[in-house]
This record gives sequence, structure tokens and C-alpha cells, in this order.
Amino acid sequence: MLLDQLDKKLLNLIQSDFPITAKPYQELAEKLATTEEDIINRIGRLQEQGVIRRLGGIFDSRSLGYTGTLCAMKVPPERISEVAAVINKYPGITHNYLREHNYNMWFTLLADSEENISDILNEIKTKTGIRQLINLPAQNIFKIKVNFDTEV
Amino acid sequence: MLTEFEKQIVRELQNGLPLVSRPYQVIAERLGLSEEELMNKIKEFLDRGLMRRFGAAVRHQDLGYVANAMVVWEIPEDQILIVGQKMASFTEVSHCYQRPTYPDWPYNLFTMVHGQTKEECLAAAKRLSEATGMKKYKLMFSTAELKKSSMKYFV
Repeated sequence: MLLDQLDKKLLNLIQSDFPITAKPYQELAEKLATTEEDIINRIGRLQEQGVIRRLGGIFDSRSLGYTGTLCAMKVPPERISEVAAVINKYPGITHNYLREHNYNMWFTLLADSEENISDILNEIKTKTGIRQLINLPAQNIFKIKVNFDTEV
Repeated sequence: MLTEFEKQIVRELQNGLPLVSRPYQVIAERLGLSEEELMNKIKEFLDRGLMRRFGAAVRHQDLGYVANAMVVWEIPEDQILIVGQKMASFTEVSHCYQRPTYPDWPYNLFTMVHGQTKEECLAAAKRLSEATGMKKYKLMFSTAELKKSSMKYFV
């Protein structure tokens, strides 16, 4: 996709300094020497293109009382799409990636209690018949870079 | 920790900001708040750390950060705190966590490393290794993204 200079400046600005004022798009327009309408149209287009995934609150799951974990599973190559469909159906699964390892499917899971995490993992094992699933909750967090949105 | 009403505010704010001239006004009305009360509540959520930031979540792969590697490390248990802190200080590292091991999974430290190319990730991992003296590590590049979504809280 093609992003012009103004798109790039706008993206930089609204990732960290989105105005919390009555007319935020107008305020952005003044900073970028354009019109409110142009800002609204650009953000709409960037959302349609999928460059902006979401505009709103980026929450801290732990502070909201949620608990999260990273899991890895050994999935036979021919079963990847079928197993991914089972896993991805859970709303608490926020990321799922294939990686080069015999633990090839890596997903993150958020839930409002440890008990729910454990229930969902057991359900996934039962539904897929795959027992080789390791649960890797963080024991120490040394760094989460705040303005880099990967939400793991 | 959060009141029912605060949970309601979270539900509204995670749905995205309307693309109209006064977007906070629209959300405030749904919640029965004034525009100003809602804006104050957003600032309060930021102060309390409930919200990490308010703004746009973007797809970094589309913006040139094409390569990311999960670099996993085998660190002696008695050195993990010092090594974890040291690796976290590198700008190329966005996330650094200690995680449990299993009989067929010996790696206990996870770092996410980002770069413009795979080679940059490899070089970054090498720098981390040299800086800490830790030699047992593995880069795991993602080969497909099967899901990436924002969590919906309190639904």
C-alpha cells in the first residue's frame, strides 16, 4: 500500500499522542497543517487498508485483572488450518503464529482467571486430540516496550 | 478493582473511536456521561495504568518492521535475573520474559527482537549473546500469522 508523508506523520502522532480534547481530529489537523475532514478521511482509509488495526484504548490486561500466557503446540503440518480454526475461535486467543520448530504453533491466551486459562487449554487438547501443548506463563517480566503494539 | 460502570467504559473504549468531529461526545452519550467526564475518565485510566496508551494500534509489518524473531535462551537459573535485565536494556528487544521449562523445552528466557530484515535479527541476537556470554539460543522466525486481534475485555 502507498502511504504519503502526511499519512506517516499522522500515524506517528496518533500512536502516542492522540488528543483527548473535544475535537481531536481538528487538533491533529492544526498540527499537520490540513483540515479536520482530511484527517478523518485519512484515518478511515488507513483503517480500511488495515494499517490502523484499532483507534481507542490500548489496555493493560494485568491491570484490568486478566491473566495471560503463551502456549506452544506440536501440530502435524497437514492439520494446521483445522487446529488453528479450533484455537482461534476463543476470543481470549489474541495472537497465533507458526514458527520454525517442532513446537510450531505459538499462541497467546488471555482470560479473567488462571482457572479459565487451564479450562480452555484442556478443551483445546480434547477437541484437537493433541496433547503436546506447553503452557509458558511469564514468571518474570523484564521488558514490555509500551509504544510497540504487539500486545503479547 | 474496577466498578461495573468502569467496565462499561472499557467496553465502549475498546470498540474504537468514531470518525466524527466530536467522537468523545458520541461515546459519552452512550454511557450517560458528559463529554468532559468521559475525557477525564480516559485520563484517569491512563494515570491508573489500566490503559497503556490511548490512540492507534498499527500493523508494524506494514510499516517496514518486516522481520521479528522470538529468540529463546537457555540461561542458568542463578543468572537469569541479571541476564534478563541486561537483554531488556537493548533497544532491539521489545519484550523480555522468563518462562518455565519442560523436558522437551529447555529455553527459559524469551526475547522478541525486531528488525527490517532477518539478518538484522540474527545480528541483534548475536550482540545479546556476546554482551551476556550466553551461547545457547535459538531464533524462531514466524512463518505465518494465523490470528492477530485486540482482546475484548469484559464481554
